[in-house]
Amino acid sequence: MAHGPAKGIGRWLFATNHKDIGTMYLWFSFAMFILGGSFAMIIRAELFAPGMQLVKPEFFNQMTTMHGLVMVFGAIMPAFVGLANWMIPLQIGAPDMALPRMNNLSFWILPFGFSLLASTLFMEGGAPNFGWTFYAPLSTTYAPDTVNFFIFGIHIIGASSIMGAINIIATVLNLRAPGMTMMKLPLFVWTWLITAFLLVAVMPVLAGAVTMMLMDINFGTSFFDAAGGGDPVLFQHIFWFFGHPEVYIIILPAFGVVSAIIPTFSRKPLFGYSSMVYATSAIAFLSFIVWAHHMFTTGMPIAGELYFMYATMLIAVPTGVKVFNWITTMFKGSLSFETPMLFAIAFVILFTFGGFTGLMLAVAPADIQYHDSYFVVGHFHYVMVAGAVFSMTAAVYYWLPKWSGKMYDETMGKVQFWIAFIGFNIAFIPQHFLGLAGMPRRYADYALQFTDWNMVSSIGAFMYGAAQLMFLYNVIRTIVAGKPTSVEKTWEGAEGLEWTLPTPAPFHTFSTPPEVK
Amino acid sequence: MATDSNYYVPEESRLPVLGALSLGLMALGAGFALNDGGSSILLVGTALLIAVMYVWFRTVIRENIAGMNSDQLKRSYVWGMSWFIFSEVMFFAVFFGALFYIRTLALPWLGGEGDKSDMIHLVWPEFTAQWPLMETPAQAVGSDKFVGPGQNLSFPGWDKLLGWLPLWNTIVLLTSSVTCHFAHHAMKHDDRKKFNIWLGVTVLLGFIFLVLQYEEYHHAYTEMGLTLESGIYGSTFFMLTGFHGFHVTMGTFMLLIQLIRGLKGHFSSDDQFGFEASSWYWHFVDVVWVGLFLFVYVLA
Repeated sequence: MAHGPAKGIGRWLFATNHKDIGTMYLWFSFAMFILGGSFAMIIRAELFAPGMQLVKPEFFNQMTTMHGLVMVFGAIMPAFVGLANWMIPLQIGAPDMALPRMNNLSFWILPFGFSLLASTLFMEGGAPNFGWTFYAPLSTTYAPDTVNFFIFGIHIIGASSIMGAINIIATVLNLRAPGMTMMKLPLFVWTWLITAFLLVAVMPVLAGAVTMMLMDINFGTSFFDAAGGGDPVLFQHIFWFFGHPEVYIIILPAFGVVSAIIPTFSRKPLFGYSSMVYATSAIAFLSFIVWAHHMFTTGMPIAGELYFMYATMLIAVPTGVKVFNWITTMFKGSLSFETPMLFAIAFVILFTFGGFTGLMLAVAPADIQYHDSYFVVGHFHYVMVAGAVFSMTAAVYYWLPKWSGKMYDETMGKVQFWIAFIGFNIAFIPQHFLGLAGMPRRYADYALQFTDWNMVSSIGAFMYGAAQLMFLYNVIRTIVAGKPTSVEKTWEGAEGLEWTLPTPAPFHTFSTPPEVK
Repeated sequence: MATDSNYYVPEESRLPVLGALSLGLMALGAGFALNDGGSSILLVGTALLIAVMYVWFRTVIRENIAGMNSDQLKRSYVWGMSWFIFSEVMFFAVFFGALFYIRTLALPWLGGEGDKSDMIHLVWPEFTAQWPLMETPAQAVGSDKFVGPGQNLSFPGWDKLLGWLPLWNTIVLLTSSVTCHFAHHAMKHDDRKKFNIWLGVTVLLGFIFLVLQYEEYHHAYTEMGLTLESGIYGSTFFMLTGFHGFHVTMGTFMLLIQLIRGLKGHFSSDDQFGFEASSWYWHFVDVVWVGLFLFVYVLA
């Protein structure tokens, strides 16, 4: 147990330490974030003006597909797993993750999986071009030959997620320090526990979906082919049975992060802790019974449309509880606005905005107008970017001093925040207007009347992209040349076991569990 | 001996990254194999995975024998296996879900039910929904893309019951679950001899099931005209029973390993998790079969 970090590359290749593995997850996800971001930059550069300027339509399709796949599976999900690896053992007083070797296996699958996925860009036929939702028959009958690599890539990435999730569940349920009862768990741990449950429940569903694709493409089955008695709509049902919980897999850990940061900088305990736990559970439960709201235009009996419409609207209730609690935590608090807090407040505002557009999309008759338009693109980027990515950025600024023992430059952090915040809104507010005006998503070209807002959107996107490079610079500069800090509590208002540890957190922590009162 | 205050965190290990490499090679190799690029990478990856799993499980077993596993660590393994089985439940749920959706919604719609019937009749005139689906929509419009099966494997009627293979498969598998439980019971009372016998019987029954399943597939392919390509009935039939058969294969192998361990003197009444985990898996596979028997065979 007393061993320190190994020397050289072996420390990373053969790691069993939750902090090292967490660090690898975080860096890997940032690399994928840059890769997926560069795909987005290509998309926005092409859409800067009508007509085809930079890329061919086929390549544009590959870019939209790969952007979605890389961001969802390569950037956001591993980023939160990295955060879970670092923080859950520290927050519950555990010596490590429950199954440290499996932890490393979960991580190392990802570089292989994503190399495989990215390598399809250079193969004959090109990368997947059927959208990140890979609807059949686009992804079966009309797919490029490389689709098999995509399928097997998804298989191993999914296996990685399942193992990571099982590890988190086992850690939270089994490795809590004495006295750390479930209702004392920091909310980040709670949200991750529920996220992990969602992962174990739906990643196998995704595996089933791609397996049926594989069989249809290569072995003559007819799951998604009406000629043999199957149904392409079946694919959409299966995909969204995975896909809707997946949305919450992405956002629930973000809720946890924000629920840690807002109390710290409000210098007040979180308002309504137990209602937060119940609201998270309610959201997770509802996520399993609303999937077909993604399919209002696909064709469903009217009773189905009504059911999925009302069930979806129900999600606004627990989500509203959360937003209410965050705001009430800040109410009459002694607020200060360090970078993590800025990102957290921006999260609350922008995520709520994304939630409201989500409600609009939940209205089945209205959705028939919005469906597959840029309105949808705008909506889910408010949730994915201003939701998940902003909270992730907040988390890095918040915990980086504890991880590295160095303080980031507050001014640089704030500058990055404002560029990201303004850039983000310039990029995505116009997309709502474009969508309402009728611009479809995933097209490489558009009618002339959409030009102005597309230009604005592209400028905002480049600005947001630049903010990420700045973020990268800030992090590296902090690690390399940041002001050393050894204060246990980086933030005076912070509560929780991680702030009782020395700064930077030693290689092994809580080898003897602390007593929680 | 380790205690709760000393959770064993293993040293650096080469196994995980090699495991990841093997999975990466398998994914790449399977892609190549299907795209006519040969299957050597797939084979190398598979061989490496088997080697990694062998060494990994050997390591874990040795750690346990060396007394490095505290009760708390053992609970982590219990949680790990339980949630792994839950993920498997969800995997089968997809294929069952697909079957139910096709049978109760998609096929009737294709056959003209529902408010889109006018449109559907334009595309698939002459098609009648039925289950098991013996004539595919493609056949109904004169195409030979998906030719329905000549016969199906649903309940043949009481008079032919005894010659109906799925019934025997059900009996074999359900019996094996009982014998597996007997083995567990025996080890709980430290009766190693009985444990080995009952576990041996369980493994044998698993093997018999696989032989019967092979027989059924052979029969389906050579005599019944029931293949993966014979429309959605063949697709759902082979995917459900095929994945189940794969799981039985894995389960039989897992139990065989536990039998070898039993013969080598491993396990005691309070330390037998390797066996218990395999037996849970086995019971799970059994329950899946009951679902298959009902929804794929009997109620067809």
